[in-house]
Amino acid sequence: MEFHETRLDNGLQVVAERAPGVHSVALGFFVRTGARDETDDVSGVSHFLEHMAFKGTARHSADDVNRVFDEVGAKYNASTSEEVTLFYAAILPEYLPQTFELLADIIRPALRVEDFEMEKKVILEEIGMYEDQPTYTAYERLMHTHFAGHPLGRSVLGTNASITALQAEQMRAYHQQRYAAGNILLAVAGNFDWREFETMTHKLCDAWPAGSPPRPVPEARPTGGMCLTRKQGSLQQHVMQMAPAPPSSSPWRYAADLLTVVVGDDTGSRMFWELVDPGFAETAEVGYNEFDGSGAYMGYFSCEPDEALRNIERVQAIYDDVNKNGVTEVELAQARNKVASRIVLRSERPMGRLSSLGHNWLYRGEYRTVADDLATVRSMKTDDIRKLLELYPLKQTTTSSVGPLETLAGATA
Amino acid sequence: MPEQQIHTQTFPNGLTLIIEPMADVQSAAFSLMVPAGSNYDPPGREGAASVLVDWITRGAGDRDSMQLTNELDNLGLQRNEGVGNSHLSFTGATVAESLPAALAIYADIVQSPHLPDDEFEPARIGVEQSLKAIEDEPRQKVMIELRRRCYDAPWGTPCEGTLEGVRRLEPGDSRELFERCAGPRDAILGIAGKVDVPATIDLVGRLLGNWKSKPAATYQSGPRGATRDHIHHDSTQTQIGIAYDSVPYHDQGYYAAWAAVSVLSGGMSSRLFTEVREKRGLCYSVYASLNSLREEGRVLCYAGTTTERAQETLDVTLRELIRLGEGIAPDELKRCQALAKSSLIMQQESSSSRASSIARDWYHLGRVTTLNEVRQKIDALTVPMLLEHIRAHPAKDFTILTLGAQPLEVNLGVS
Repeated sequence: MEFHETRLDNGLQVVAERAPGVHSVALGFFVRTGARDETDDVSGVSHFLEHMAFKGTARHSADDVNRVFDEVGAKYNASTSEEVTLFYAAILPEYLPQTFELLADIIRPALRVEDFEMEKKVILEEIGMYEDQPTYTAYERLMHTHFAGHPLGRSVLGTNASITALQAEQMRAYHQQRYAAGNILLAVAGNFDWREFETMTHKLCDAWPAGSPPRPVPEARPTGGMCLTRKQGSLQQHVMQMAPAPPSSSPWRYAADLLTVVVGDDTGSRMFWELVDPGFAETAEVGYNEFDGSGAYMGYFSCEPDEALRNIERVQAIYDDVNKNGVTEVELAQARNKVASRIVLRSERPMGRLSSLGHNWLYRGEYRTVADDLATVRSMKTDDIRKLLELYPLKQTTTSSVGPLETLAGATA
Repeated sequence: MPEQQIHTQTFPNGLTLIIEPMADVQSAAFSLMVPAGSNYDPPGREGAASVLVDWITRGAGDRDSMQLTNELDNLGLQRNEGVGNSHLSFTGATVAESLPAALAIYADIVQSPHLPDDEFEPARIGVEQSLKAIEDEPRQKVMIELRRRCYDAPWGTPCEGTLEGVRRLEPGDSRELFERCAGPRDAILGIAGKVDVPATIDLVGRLLGNWKSKPAATYQSGPRGATRDHIHHDSTQTQIGIAYDSVPYHDQGYYAAWAAVSVLSGGMSSRLFTEVREKRGLCYSVYASLNSLREEGRVLCYAGTTTERAQETLDVTLRELIRLGEGIAPDELKRCQALAKSSLIMQQESSSSRASSIARDWYHLGRVTTLNEVRQKIDALTVPMLLEHIRAHPAKDFTILTLGAQPLEVNLGVS
């Protein structure tokens, strides 16, 4: 492993991890923009813009973009979250130059009006598709309720109304502001030559406009609440919950990760034994979501509707016990083994390393090797978990539920 | 690509072990296939195998359910249990040093499970709940129901079981299935990653070499569902499933069939994505894939779109499927070949995908195709070969299922 880092004059940051033994190379542009950086009148624009990148540039038509990526056999795509828009590709090393060139081109798309109107239809279909998925509905409303009044409460997809009303001109203005070079990180992992990559980066990205748009990151102070959405005809009740957890910059994030593995991993966790193994829930998990300036424990279970209230009580009993007594040495040792093995497996592919490399730099400005991560995980003690729980106890602060129930825990649909 | 080393060994009891050592990874993975799949579910008790694959891990050898799960978790094993038509499947991956201990536990799971009565009901309820979860996921539901209508039973019957079947199940049903079917005959164990071959052969011989053989099990066949059907569902989108005949994996025309489907739905420049989504904006998700059982193959195609645009989506999709036989540009084939090349090479970075792939090859072919061999076959494809395949297996006699607020019309005369 060999690490390199540089910054262009316009502010574009570049991080690279070379692993010559692997067969492929993965690269990605991490744009520090997402739903939280939007305003009401452009709700959903970050995600829509991510789609528009594939609809062509001044030099490439939409057909060209997809064709050229396919010609080199690239595994490529893009994603948009509350905080990051990511454009990435994994390819064989010999195709790095043309893939890099195309990827760098598409994040400055032409935004032609006819393409914009056509892609709008696809976005509306995507919204329709997610509307039919109870877990997505539960997540949208959970974020909206938990982060009420905070930028993280904004919807990634936007609504039918906001997307329908959106104009290409508004997207251009958003792009000009948010896609300034200082707001973008370029990361590359796998089999490549650093010198050549650095030269290409200058050639492709030096002319990009400079700029570092602001992003306020106050820590959210959720007041909590309950949001019940009735979905007739649905057979299961879906319950999703959040409570405050350490933000992405916090040194407690590793402890938070291990804690949620002990409490809510998909096998062998407390929630598994109390809810899933006896058949009270089809699935029951809790995980740790880190955001810029804020964090959240996110729990989820789905079950027979008439078991939902008792499951909420079962989860509370688990949380009460853990908050009071912490976790056992045996539980923590098991969680360390699980997490360590996941780190090793994930890092075998350049695509897995790209994600870790990019997010570590974007959120914390740090480079961490696989060995660093393993050492940190192995160093965690039950006392660390106890201290974490004092700062961020497990709670059911906010609940969003979707299913056939008309009332649940005092809330009415 | 460097030539892979593949070692195979069939033990006297019928179990086949396939090992692929990988130089550049730190992990090891396995895929264990046990011939007790859903085809052997007793009639009216669909789901017996699906419940068995959960129940079977609830205690084995000298470990009770909790000890067993704890031991696997302590090994850091990322695991999955599933049920297919012919086999139960157990897969796992972890750091290479932990593989022998994990295999020892799985050897107990398949040879000496406790199958305790008091753990049956939780396992059964778990399966019932996951079937209900599928009812709430229309995209998944339509493809499961499409299979039921394009393959004869039991091959088309949902491997996960049916709600009616699972509600009727008793411990005796799944236990009987285990006793009758779960043995080393036709069982396959694929192992890939950082492993020592002689030591692994020796280990598996000790763990599973004495697994007692059973006579080959049989199953009953039955009819498939209607070729045109609609399932009412109150949803924003209408889900469209289309199937037509193709060839199975062992057929010599398989790679031509694969490339033809790849022209339709390989990358984002493929025909369905371009015509249905990019040019018309009719849907977010549209795809076709080649599905292979051991003796039969189908092209399965999916599109999901809002109800008012569903008719146009179906018309355009069918038109593209039929139009494929009219001609394919050399560039289209070249792009499929490029995609195949990178997929094949990148497979070498993942012990899990190699372990599953070698076990699957053995099931379908009785041998393992090396990545170089696959690549040569794909590179040798020409447009006339693809067109010849399409002439022999044209897109016609469609099975079409829709799920949504309104049924659609099938307009095959469209041009």
